[in-house]
Amino acid sequence: MTVYLPVLLYYANIMAEKRTDAHPDSLASHQNVALLMRDITKVFPGVVANDKVTFELKVGEVHALLGENGAGKTTLMNILYGLYQADSGEIYLYGKRVRIRSPRDAIRHRIGMVHQHFKLVPRHTVAENVVLGLDGAPFLAPARAVEDEILQLGERYGLKVDPKAYIWQLSAGEQQRVEIIKALVRGADILILDEPTSVLTPQEVEELFKILARMREEGHSVIFITHKLDEVMEVSDRVTVMRRGKVVATLSTADVNKPTLAKMMVGREVVFRLKKVACERGQEALVVEDLWALSDRGLPALKGISFSVCRGEILGIAGVAGNGQKELVEVITGLRRATRGKVFVLGDEVTNENPRRIADKGVAHIPEERLKRGIVPEMSVAENLILKRHHRSPFCHGFFLNLRAVKRFAHHAIEEYAIMTPGPDTPAKLLSGGNIQRLILARELSGEPALVIAAHPTYGLDVGATEQIRQILLEQRRRGAAILLISEDLEELMSLADRIAVIFEGEIMGEVSPEAATLEEIGLMMAGEKRRVRR
Amino acid sequence: MKRLGPFVFERRLAPTRTAILGYSLLAILAALVVMSFIFWAYGVSPIKAYTVIGRTTLGSRFGLMEILRRTIPLLLCGVGLVIAFRAKFWNIGAEGQLLAGAVAATWVALFSGVSGPVKLPLMFVFGFAAGALWGIIPALLKVKLQVNDVISTLMMNYIMAYFVKWLIYGPWRGPTMRGFAYTDLFPRDAWLPLIRYSKVHWPTLLVGLVAAMLVALILSRTRLGYEIRVVGDSPDAAHYAGISFLGVSLWVMLLSGGLAGLAGVGEVAGIHHRLLEPDHVSLGYGYTAIIVAWLARGSPLAAIITSLLFGLIFAAGDEIKVTLQMPFQITGVFNGLILFFLIGVEVLLYWKVGLVRKGKGWVGKAGS
Repeated sequence: MTVYLPVLLYYANIMAEKRTDAHPDSLASHQNVALLMRDITKVFPGVVANDKVTFELKVGEVHALLGENGAGKTTLMNILYGLYQADSGEIYLYGKRVRIRSPRDAIRHRIGMVHQHFKLVPRHTVAENVVLGLDGAPFLAPARAVEDEILQLGERYGLKVDPKAYIWQLSAGEQQRVEIIKALVRGADILILDEPTSVLTPQEVEELFKILARMREEGHSVIFITHKLDEVMEVSDRVTVMRRGKVVATLSTADVNKPTLAKMMVGREVVFRLKKVACERGQEALVVEDLWALSDRGLPALKGISFSVCRGEILGIAGVAGNGQKELVEVITGLRRATRGKVFVLGDEVTNENPRRIADKGVAHIPEERLKRGIVPEMSVAENLILKRHHRSPFCHGFFLNLRAVKRFAHHAIEEYAIMTPGPDTPAKLLSGGNIQRLILARELSGEPALVIAAHPTYGLDVGATEQIRQILLEQRRRGAAILLISEDLEELMSLADRIAVIFEGEIMGEVSPEAATLEEIGLMMAGEKRRVRR
Repeated sequence: MKRLGPFVFERRLAPTRTAILGYSLLAILAALVVMSFIFWAYGVSPIKAYTVIGRTTLGSRFGLMEILRRTIPLLLCGVGLVIAFRAKFWNIGAEGQLLAGAVAATWVALFSGVSGPVKLPLMFVFGFAAGALWGIIPALLKVKLQVNDVISTLMMNYIMAYFVKWLIYGPWRGPTMRGFAYTDLFPRDAWLPLIRYSKVHWPTLLVGLVAAMLVALILSRTRLGYEIRVVGDSPDAAHYAGISFLGVSLWVMLLSGGLAGLAGVGEVAGIHHRLLEPDHVSLGYGYTAIIVAWLARGSPLAAIITSLLFGLIFAAGDEIKVTLQMPFQITGVFNGLILFFLIGVEVLLYWKVGLVRKGKGWVGKAGS
C-alpha cells in the first residue's frame, strides 16, 4: 500500500491543477491580450529577482522589455518559458490561467524562446537541429521531413538559411535565424528574444528587425529583451521598463523618447544618503596608459584606455556590462595580459606582473565573480579571510601556518565587518551573498591597501548590505586609499564617486563629475550615443 | 529543487560527517548484497562464503597478517592519491609510480655497489625519487601543455610496466635464474625485516603510517597544504590569489608519486626480493588505491582505515580462490561494485530525496 501512496499523490496533484485550469480569470479575458503575467515574484537566495511583476503582451505586438543587467528581465522570461517556477503570481494565456512547469509545457502553449547563447548542436545540420526533440517527427530521415518547412518559413518571414548547412559554418545572425525557425516550426505564437542583437553585426540587426516586422504582420507576438535604447525606439510598439526586479512603467513607444527611457532604466532618485566628506587628492596611486587587451574570445576588449586615480578619491567607471570593465579590472590586477600599454601602481610599473606581486604592492581587488573567484567555497571563513596573505607574516612563518594568528584575525574581522556566520570554521559557501561580500571586503581592506579595485561591489545585495559596503568604501577613501569603482548602478556612482568615466565598447567615452552631470547624459554615453572629449 | 516523476530532490550544501560515514557504509553494504548474488550464481551459498571469509581473514593470526601485508602498498599509494585528489589532480598513475619505485630499489639492491645498513634507507630514498619523477612528468604536461591528467597518468602506467618487462627479459635478467624472467635475488642486506611468521614488512608499514600523519599535517597546517586545497576547490580563486599552479602541481605529484614509489620499494624488498613481472610486483594496488583515496574523502588519516578495508578484500580474494575454488579476479569485481555504489550514494549526500505532495510539505524522506 505504502508503495502506491506517492504515485496516488502525484496524480491527485495533477488532477487538482486541471481543475484550476478550467476557471478562466475574468481580469485577463480581454480580447487582444496574448499574455498576462500577474504579480510574479521570484526570490533567489539573497536577491528578489522579480518583485510583484505584472507584464502584459498584446496579440501582434513587439514588446520591448528594457532594463539594466540584473533588473530581472531574463528571470521573468525564464519563468514564462518554464525554466524557473515563480514563488507566487499567475500566468494567463489568451485569458486562460496556465501553469508552465518546463520548456516542454511552454512549447505546448505555443511559446518559443531564443536564448542569448544559442542552444544548437554545431556538428549537426540546420534541419537536424530543427527536428531535434520535435514531437511527431518521423523515425526515419527526420531531418528530410522538415527541410521543406524550413524553406517555406524562410520564404514567408525572410529567414533565409540553407537547411542542409552545418551550424558551425553559419554566422551568428544565421544561427539566430535557425533558433527562430526552431520556435516557429513548433508553432510558437509568442516569441521571446533574449538580447538578440548582442551577438549581431549592424547589418544583421537590420535584417532581424525586418524579420520581426514580418512576424508582427503574421500575427505573432514578440517579447524583445534589451538594454539598448535605439532598438526599443526602432522596433517596438510598447515598452516595459524594469529596474531592480520591479516594473517601472509600461508605455507606448510612440509616447516616449530616449532620455526619458534612460532615466527610467537607471533610476531617478538617490536612495541612499551618504555622508561624503571632502577629501584631499593625494599621490597618484593608479595610472593606466593606452591600455589594450583581448577578451576571452580573442576580440579586442580594451582599445586604448588611459586614466589615473589619486589617493583619497573614487573614480567611478560607468557602463553597461560587457563593454570591457571585466577585462580592465583583470589587466590591472594581473589576471589578464595587456597586449599594449602600461599600468603603474604608486609609480612602479606592474604591467603583466603576476597577481601575487601586484597584490603585495597594496592593491586590493573586490572581484565581480564573488563565488567563483572571491572565495574558496569549501574552505572555512577563517581560511578564506587569509587568502592572498596566507604566505606572509603573521599567518605564515616559513613552511607552517600560524593557526592561532589565523583564528585571531578571523574573530577580529568577523566582529569589525559584522559578518553573520555561525563561526570562523563554517564553510564560506554557507554564507549569504551579503556576508560573502563582507568577508571579501574584510580580507581585502584589512591590509590598508593603497588602491582598492571594487567591481560591482553591491550587485545583487540587499539594502542593508549595500549601505554598509558603500560606507566602508567611503571610509577607505577618507583613510587615503585610491578607489576604482566599477558599477552598472548609476545611483551608486553618483553618490560615491568623485569623477565618473563612462566606458563603451572598450573605450572611455568621456569623464564627468557627478555634481554636474545628469543621469540622462551618462545614460546616453553608456549607450554609445554621445562622446565627450577628455579635458 | 528538482522534480523527477513523484520524487523531489532538494540540494543539501554540507553533508555531515555522520552522513558521509553512514552512506559510505551503506555503499559497502549494497556491494556486499550484490556480491552475494555472484556467490550464489557460482553455486556457493553467500552465507557460507562470508562465514569462510570472516573466519580465515579476521579470525586467525595468519589472516590478520595477510590483511596487513596487502594494506601496506594500498596505504602508501592511497595517502599519495589523497594529496593529488585534494588538488583535483586526477592521478590514475600510482601503479606506474609504484613500479618506478620498485625499479629504483632493485637498482640500488643489485647494481649500485652499496652494501651494509645504509642500503635499505637508500633504496627507500631512490624509490621515492623515482616515483616522484614519474609523477612530475604528467604534472608538467598538464600545467605547461594542458594535457589531460587522467590520460597522461594512466598512459604512464603502461610505459613503466613495459619498461619493467624489458628490464627483466633483457639487461636485468638474472644469470642465476636459469632463463626465467626475473632479476637475481637481492642480497640479504636488501631484504626488509618481517614480523615473525608472516610476510608483513613492518618498516614499510611504519613509513606508511608516518606518511599518513605527515600528509594530514601538511594539508591542515602548512602553506603548501593551504595552497593545495585552494587550487583543488577553486582554481579561479587560486588564480585570483596569485597561487602558482605549476608550483602546487609539482609538489602534489612529487609527494603523490613518491609515496607510491615507496610502496614499490616495500613490495620488492619485503616480499619478492627481486624484480619480476609487473603484475606480480603489484596486484593492481595502484588502481585499488584510487578507491581507497576516494573512500577516505580527502582525509589521509581515514585512508588508514580504508586501506585496511581493501587489504581485507584482497586477503579475502586469496581465501575465495583457495577455499571456495573461485577465481581471484572476484576481488576486482568486488572493488568495482564498491566504487560503483560509492559514486551512487554521492547523489544522496548532496541531494535530499523526498516525495511530491501538494504544496510545499514533504512526504517521507530518504536519508538525512
